[in-house]
Amino acid sequence: MGIIKALGLVFDYLKYDEEGNVEDTQRAIDDVSLDIEEGDFIAILGHNGSGKSTLAKHMNALLLPTEGTMWVEGIDTSKEEKLWRIRQKAGMVFQNPDNQIIASVVEEDVGFGPENMGIPTEKIWKRVDDSLKAVGMLSYRNHSPNRLSGGQKQRVAIAGVMAMRPKCIVLDEPTAMLDPIGRREVLDAVHELNREAGVTVILITHYMEEAIEADKVFVMDNGKVVMQGSPREVFSQVETLKSYRLDVPQVTELAYELSQAGVKLPQGILTIEELEEALCR
Amino acid sequence: MPIECKDVSFTYAPATAYEIHALKNINLRIEDHEFIGIIGHTGSGKSTLIQHFNALIQPTSGTILYNGEDIWGQNYNRRTLRSEVGLAFQYPEHQLFENDVLSDVCFGPMNQGLTREEAEPEARKALLQVGFKEKNFLKSPFELSGGQKKRAAIAGVLAMNPKILILDEPTAGLDPRGRDNILDQIAELQSVRGITIILVSHSMEDIAKYTRRLIVMNQGEVVYDDAPHEVFSHYEELEKMGLAAPQVTYLMNGLKKRGLPVDLKADTVAEASKSILKALREVDSPLLKEGGSHV
Repeated sequence: MGIIKALGLVFDYLKYDEEGNVEDTQRAIDDVSLDIEEGDFIAILGHNGSGKSTLAKHMNALLLPTEGTMWVEGIDTSKEEKLWRIRQKAGMVFQNPDNQIIASVVEEDVGFGPENMGIPTEKIWKRVDDSLKAVGMLSYRNHSPNRLSGGQKQRVAIAGVMAMRPKCIVLDEPTAMLDPIGRREVLDAVHELNREAGVTVILITHYMEEAIEADKVFVMDNGKVVMQGSPREVFSQVETLKSYRLDVPQVTELAYELSQAGVKLPQGILTIEELEEALCR
Repeated sequence: MPIECKDVSFTYAPATAYEIHALKNINLRIEDHEFIGIIGHTGSGKSTLIQHFNALIQPTSGTILYNGEDIWGQNYNRRTLRSEVGLAFQYPEHQLFENDVLSDVCFGPMNQGLTREEAEPEARKALLQVGFKEKNFLKSPFELSGGQKKRAAIAGVLAMNPKILILDEPTAGLDPRGRDNILDQIAELQSVRGITIILVSHSMEDIAKYTRRLIVMNQGEVVYDDAPHEVFSHYEELEKMGLAAPQVTYLMNGLKKRGLPVDLKADTVAEASKSILKALREVDSPLLKEGGSHV
């Protein structure tokens, strides 16, 4: 079993009337089974409302399955007494950094998690140092978070999660609000954590370019996992992706259009360099 | 109705330790029916600039003219200005506050003096124009998805029949289809209704695809104001400002360096595809042999 495993996962959002009776149900996750290996970098794609955020919230027991089971490092997330252990193993980073930062000094914000876990003070500082260093924000430790750029804030939020030493970090559109450089900074930091610290990364994104460096890509539609495979396998299916309201990276689309027009190109081109190479052979 | 900025500067917290010169000596003119993009990294002054366009912020120095009149002149009616220059902010959830979507969109026109009966047709028209489905008109804003909220917020501005529509990152957080969809509808407002569109975006690909003029802000100054492909040709300078060019621009420059005679102006997939095909034919590329006949 991998670090995160789902079997027959189903989740219904319930709507209640004024008496508290269930008025309506909406199925957000529909029979999802997946198995994520420790140390993998996973990207989850899907249009708005496809169920990817709902799935992510199951990975640290913010939501519990209506049917089926979710395991985080072998622990069934529906076991209430294990809740805090699960949340320490799988940390979560959301879209808006302003909603995640709570302290008035960067280092205190990062120390909040481990302090809450009852870690002794000197160890907290060690963790704060390590986490800030890992995301390249050590020199900002005494700064006020509200003077940081979006990308810097989001890296502080990631350091805050890292300080709890999770095995796995789930990022729900962490770059949606950032400018191009901020986006790059955050992605580089996440890749570094994955490579250096061996943290399993689950990245939910709408930017196809961010998914090409993943080990594996899952595509969700209508609450189901409809495609999975390496980025190359997934992105070579341009038409199928478009039918799920998604896109491919701009160069992949260009390569696809050129090959439609009769240019002989290999399938599934993902980067500028690959296309350049293929065209100038 | 053109907007003109003459030597506009703005300073936050002047004469204190927190003084920030957010805008420095801005000079620009926005003509009717333009589709303009504004880019700049976080803190470059672009949000401060657009809030000057409808008099939400008063410049520290300099003048802003709307249709030739000083909008901070003594008898100037800024209320009318604000309904003619509509501004849709980035976070739609901060803009919706009524019990249902239709009432929310009615708020603007009612504020302009229309009765609810008069406002409703305007609101319905605006909602349909941004692709908001009629069956969701009476839903609570809380029941909407991110894309629907954005549409509702844009409709709220559109219902006031603005002549100029300013959109601050209208597509952040939307999936690719939703992104294209909203931008296509905005482009239609520009071409069919003749509304001037000012689009603030972090997506260089969207800017390249939709706008015809691009203003780049850096440290409170306008550093470029030109056709997007001209601006993107300075991609190295853009990177120094925390920005970038579309992927296609990098590709075209790379191909050119390697001897393929492509057009560096191409900054969208469609243009690039055309230019590459032409260049491949010119060099009689082996990639075109057999099966290339229908090109």
